[in-house]
Amino acid sequence: MKTIFRRALPLLALLSTAELHGQVSFERILAASAEPQSWLTYNGSYDSKRFSRLDQVTPANVHALEIKWMLQNQVFGAWQSSPLVVDGVMYLTQRPNDVMAVDPRTGRVFWLYRHTPSPDARVCCGANNRGLAMLGETLFMGTLDARLIAIDSRTGKALWNVEVGDVNEAYSITMAPLVVKDKVLVGVGGGEYGIRGFVSAYDAVTGEEEWRFHTIPGPGEPGHETWSGDDWMHGGAPVWITGSYDPELDLTYWGVGNPGPDWNPDQRPGDNLYSDAVIALDPDTGELRWHFQFTPNDGYDYDAVQVPVLADMEWEGEQRKLMLWANRNGFFYVLDRETGEFLLGEAFVRVNWASGLDENGRPIQTPQPEGMPTWPGNQGGTNWYPPSFSPRTELFYFSAWENYATIYEKEEVEYEPGQLFLGGGFDVVAPVPGAPTIGIGRRGPINNWTNEVGNGAVIALDPRTGEARWKFEQFDVSDSGILTTASDLLFTGGREGYFHALDARTGELLWRASLGGQIVMAPITYTVDGEQYISVISGHALVTFGLRD
Amino acid sequence: MRLLRPLRVSLLCAVFGLLGAPADVPAQSQDHQYSTADIEVGSRLYSRQCALCHGPSGDQVTGVNLRLGQFRRFLSDDELRGVITSGVPDAGMPGFRLPPAELDGLVAFIRAGFDVEGTAVRIGDAVEGRLVFEGIGGCTACHRVHGVGPTTAPDLSDIGAIRQPSALQRALLDPTGTMLPINRPIRIVTDDGRTIRGRRLNEDTYTVQVIAEGDRLISLDKADIREYELADTSPMPSVEGRLTGEEIAHLVAYLLSLRGR
Repeated sequence: MKTIFRRALPLLALLSTAELHGQVSFERILAASAEPQSWLTYNGSYDSKRFSRLDQVTPANVHALEIKWMLQNQVFGAWQSSPLVVDGVMYLTQRPNDVMAVDPRTGRVFWLYRHTPSPDARVCCGANNRGLAMLGETLFMGTLDARLIAIDSRTGKALWNVEVGDVNEAYSITMAPLVVKDKVLVGVGGGEYGIRGFVSAYDAVTGEEEWRFHTIPGPGEPGHETWSGDDWMHGGAPVWITGSYDPELDLTYWGVGNPGPDWNPDQRPGDNLYSDAVIALDPDTGELRWHFQFTPNDGYDYDAVQVPVLADMEWEGEQRKLMLWANRNGFFYVLDRETGEFLLGEAFVRVNWASGLDENGRPIQTPQPEGMPTWPGNQGGTNWYPPSFSPRTELFYFSAWENYATIYEKEEVEYEPGQLFLGGGFDVVAPVPGAPTIGIGRRGPINNWTNEVGNGAVIALDPRTGEARWKFEQFDVSDSGILTTASDLLFTGGREGYFHALDARTGELLWRASLGGQIVMAPITYTVDGEQYISVISGHALVTFGLRD
Repeated sequence: MRLLRPLRVSLLCAVFGLLGAPADVPAQSQDHQYSTADIEVGSRLYSRQCALCHGPSGDQVTGVNLRLGQFRRFLSDDELRGVITSGVPDAGMPGFRLPPAELDGLVAFIRAGFDVEGTAVRIGDAVEGRLVFEGIGGCTACHRVHGVGPTTAPDLSDIGAIRQPSALQRALLDPTGTMLPINRPIRIVTDDGRTIRGRRLNEDTYTVQVIAEGDRLISLDKADIREYELADTSPMPSVEGRLTGEEIAHLVAYLLSLRGR
């Protein structure tokens, strides 16, 4: 007993050191990329590059990665969560609204917090949760029943729990919140249920609502004229992916989802602002500074819910603050993030819903005749899967779905609170009638739909031209995000359950592990005691790799 | 890539052209019979309300295959109505408050195996059909049933449980147009010079699994493959012109009777 206690002493000393650092201040998040041992926000840093300065794992030794630990979850369905790692503790969510504190060196669990969403919660596409935000010693989680919960990171007990949206009108939260200064910012899902989307900010200490920006302008507000009649009241425009923040400009950026009803644009004439747009909001007041709409009057469910990636680059001889964006609608965009000015737009997959973009970046829409396929299909040329930008290679990396099309049908639909509000349907184009096709998530170990209905690709784009520098094709499509590192490694996964390490400069496959379950999140990296770890979720397992001792 | 809808239309024309007016045979189901009208109501509703998550073939939620009637536990029609109405909150499935006629239609569509055209297919006598299958049809030259026959073409032991009457009829009339992509005949030459002919069972970015001549299950790394060829056309000849409408109806009946053991 005595011996054990003595052995424990140095450990206790370590713990008290960690305690001193256990506070995630706003300043610390601002400098997140300077502490690559941690993973402080959903996207790793406010600029959302998902680029880590860690370089212990290199192209030369990546083959020596081995599994250090696994954590299996006990719940059903896709596990889209992105963990945080702070001062020697990993925090992550699992379906539907559980939070766990985990030892990032062993995978053993310190505590589990469980919120059981109201049975009235409704989400279009599964009981997903993508992660947490942290400020001070408090974790923040949005829930399927549209609540925001503050949790004590030491004990896993709730500190406050507030309603963000009305569950009976099918408001929900699946995204990880974003902390800016002393506020917690969060958006709502429900674009398939005729909600009126918004982003709200809450006081991190009290949970009191500080501001709310509606993504559909009300009467008298600019942009309201892009809706007719009462359509604005249930026009969707959800925000279900975490935004980014530029501290110099003091602006937050959010991708806004589809207008509703999804597939019947005739029923909601007008551009339907700010659906399918990026909005730049003042973090203190929620005031809109600028917007850029990718897909006006969308009839294809092309949510602009991609992570806004902020990069400072030379652009035509001038240093500029850019925003890089591969959109679900099949075009890659470069915007000036000070003003929202459109700088470049190029299709990265086959596109036939538009013949191109005009000089302001507005699509020249070419709706296809009834019964004919539209490229890209309903899940898009890409979707919410977090991309990455490496300042070393100056390439933008993302998961794309190639050769994938759907046939849309539209119909009038009446809005009923809390009920699906879709306005039609769609079929994925398949080579044979009734053949299996791809949808939301992989459903089993046999790929009987094959690449004849679409294939996945990691695309490395040169943002200056919008052209692919290289492509890494996969037989099945991928919903995996991307991680790049300072050793020019790129980590990603896919539905097939492979975890790949590529050379970020060339796209060459350097190493792979067959983990067996679909990877529907973006890998992260961190260090504990000076050792670099890489964590990825495959199927029902969180798998953490490190170099062989 | 051929398209779903135009093809469906042309095939239907071919079917009616060959067999004449469709016989009024109810869709097959475990314990209920549904009208075509019910099934059509359900079909429309399904594509609008359910296909987003469950997929057009009803198989995109793990552990559930609506078209084949596979659920996480056995469900009676009433229980199925209950699940649709109340949802499965833990799995993220919302409840759908539907009028009774639409709820019935959805259950009918699911129980009919998503087969809107099923009631229009002429189904003959299964015993006669087996004679056609093993005789004039020549099916046993490639297909296997209950452990007997070659593995060149897919094993049909449970085909009646996984395919609907109209799909079986289409497959007989237009084998190439209905061949599932995964089943394409494959020819592989490996780096060390081996030639493997067979049928594809599964494939991913790095590997391919085939059942090859001699009933061998072979898994290959693509890195070790020099040539890889998939056939666009099915080696199966159409029964059109070879069998009468009556023989085809018998064959469909026999195939429907194969429901695994």
